Amino acid sequence: MDWTLIIENSLKGMVGVNAVYFAVAAIGMNVQYGYTGLLNFGQAGFMACGAYGLGMTAHYFDIPMWWGIPLGVLFSVLLGLLMGIPTLRLRADYLAIVTIAAAEIIRLIVRSVKFKTYFGGSDGINNFSEPFREIGTDIGIQQSAEYGFWPFTFTGRELWTLVIGWLVVALFGFLVYQLMKSPWGRVLKAIREDEDAVRSLGKNVYSYKMQSLILGGVIGTFSGMIFALDRGSVQPDNYSRDVTFYILTALVLGGVAKVTGSIIGPMLFWGLFTFIDNFMRQIAEDPIKVGNFTILQSTQVGQLNYMLIGLALILLMVFRPQGLVGNRKEMAFDGR
Amino acid sequence: MDAERTYSEHASRARAALDTCERVPGSVKPDPILVADSVRREFGGIVAVDVAHLEVQRGSITALIGPNGAGKTTFFNLMTSFDTPNTGTWNFDGRSMEKVQSHRTAAMGMVRTFQLTKSLTKLSVIENMRLGATGQVGEKWWNGLFGARWRAQEADITERAESLLARFNLAHMRDEYAGSLSGGQRKLLEMARALMTNPTLVMLDEPMAGVNPALKQSLNAHIRDLRDQGMTVLFVEHDMDMVHDISDWVVVMAEGRIIAEGTPDDISKNPAVIDAYLGAHQGQSLLEDE
Repeated sequence: MDWTLIIENSLKGMVGVNAVYFAVAAIGMNVQYGYTGLLNFGQAGFMACGAYGLGMTAHYFDIPMWWGIPLGVLFSVLLGLLMGIPTLRLRADYLAIVTIAAAEIIRLIVRSVKFKTYFGGSDGINNFSEPFREIGTDIGIQQSAEYGFWPFTFTGRELWTLVIGWLVVALFGFLVYQLMKSPWGRVLKAIREDEDAVRSLGKNVYSYKMQSLILGGVIGTFSGMIFALDRGSVQPDNYSRDVTFYILTALVLGGVAKVTGSIIGPMLFWGLFTFIDNFMRQIAEDPIKVGNFTILQSTQVGQLNYMLIGLALILLMVFRPQGLVGNRKEMAFDGR
Repeated sequence: MDAERTYSEHASRARAALDTCERVPGSVKPDPILVADSVRREFGGIVAVDVAHLEVQRGSITALIGPNGAGKTTFFNLMTSFDTPNTGTWNFDGRSMEKVQSHRTAAMGMVRTFQLTKSLTKLSVIENMRLGATGQVGEKWWNGLFGARWRAQEADITERAESLLARFNLAHMRDEYAGSLSGGQRKLLEMARALMTNPTLVMLDEPMAGVNPALKQSLNAHIRDLRDQGMTVLFVEHDMDMVHDISDWVVVMAEGRIIAEGTPDDISKNPAVIDAYLGAHQGQSLLEDE
């Protein structure tokens, strides 16, 4: 068993691209779920808005890639309005149902044959991130060269995405932190607890919930953009339900209603995920056999890993519901 | 005992003004702040509220009493736009309120509390108070990002909140979570928070429910205080001693309608009220029919 490799990969997983795009999406979900109490199970839909905003510039509109950023933001604002207008006046559960359905509808539309000219069907859209790579090359990062120190060694290609990605994480983290300290954030936290009380004090609860949904969604859009730029491609099935739930798991792991929680959570999630994955693969390389029965085959590693992640979430909810950095006191009082 | 009581200047003025009013349901007041006309709310086949006419005198403490299910809380909900009536019009301070959304009523000077206390348990006491202030610049997200835009206003709000907390004996709990307050303290906090909106009409829904007798006395004093600072108070209450003690005028509801109005002394002698509370046949033997 090669422990050095396992640890190296796990540490790299903690700061890798996966952790970055999860963290950005989790910061967005934290605005909605952690601070406002909105159950948005359609974060993948918002991420798809960003990714397809970028992709469609090359595939359909034939305009410079950078237009994809405002385009993606526009898409996600529209999506937020579409989800929010019918549901935000209703109880929280309805939003959950509508968001999960809306995200699926988006995925099914973009992968459909009918709209292949717009979205590229199930193949998605490829090779559009050159302008992004070029900036990296221009400032002197060689795409294939190795950078960094053990264990954090990355190719120039990875490094460039990570630099931009972590800058985006820092930017949105700071933004959300500032907002949640402000009176605006106070209204959101109050809505999380009791809408009627807030309404009786003269705040337009509906409008605040909409703002929160859209802000979180737009942040999620940037997560989708980072992911798409890194891969240089957009695949519809990268934006399915499970992505939303893994991000939610990562957020809960870190601790809701804390900006640090929404960043540390995804890092630990991917660190842990990579660790278990690498560990089990090493076992599977030299499988333990009981008679004719193999304990762990390499094809089973993936599934088992997700099961263990599920188990980890259950244990976390039972023994540490506030997450790693969450405020126990803030979570301890049982409302009414 | 009542005869010996001394009244504050505001109380005497309110009582003198109300003394000239007729003791009938829907009586006309010299200076009404709230006027409701033919407000009707049905839930399926049940008529919860059917108020033909009601006026609430400015600067008075008006009690709204009635047996359970009389429609008092529903009437509160209707007046503050938390619920919409099937028919009816009502004015607050001369402004028509039918089309006004519930969150706008607070800015207009009408604030309410709830029967089940709604203190925001996961916010600190001072944050609860700050939330109450209306017209905050920093409550717009684009201003919230820049501390410089709202810090000065926040300091003013905090100062006002602190003086209110001191008045309501909550100053020592300033930085505690509201969830750690006792039931009575939560009632106080909710009332204090409502005052942060600078209301002209305070509507209290059962302020005394679940409050111990010692605290009731201080709540009574606080409610009188509101009137003495020029506010109008309309409150729902079951505690008849308290109603008798602090209100200038009493409105009695039963089965959605207003069945009596008058001073507390009138009401306690009114046979219709006794009927509504105790049934028309009270005092008669149950065996009579046999």
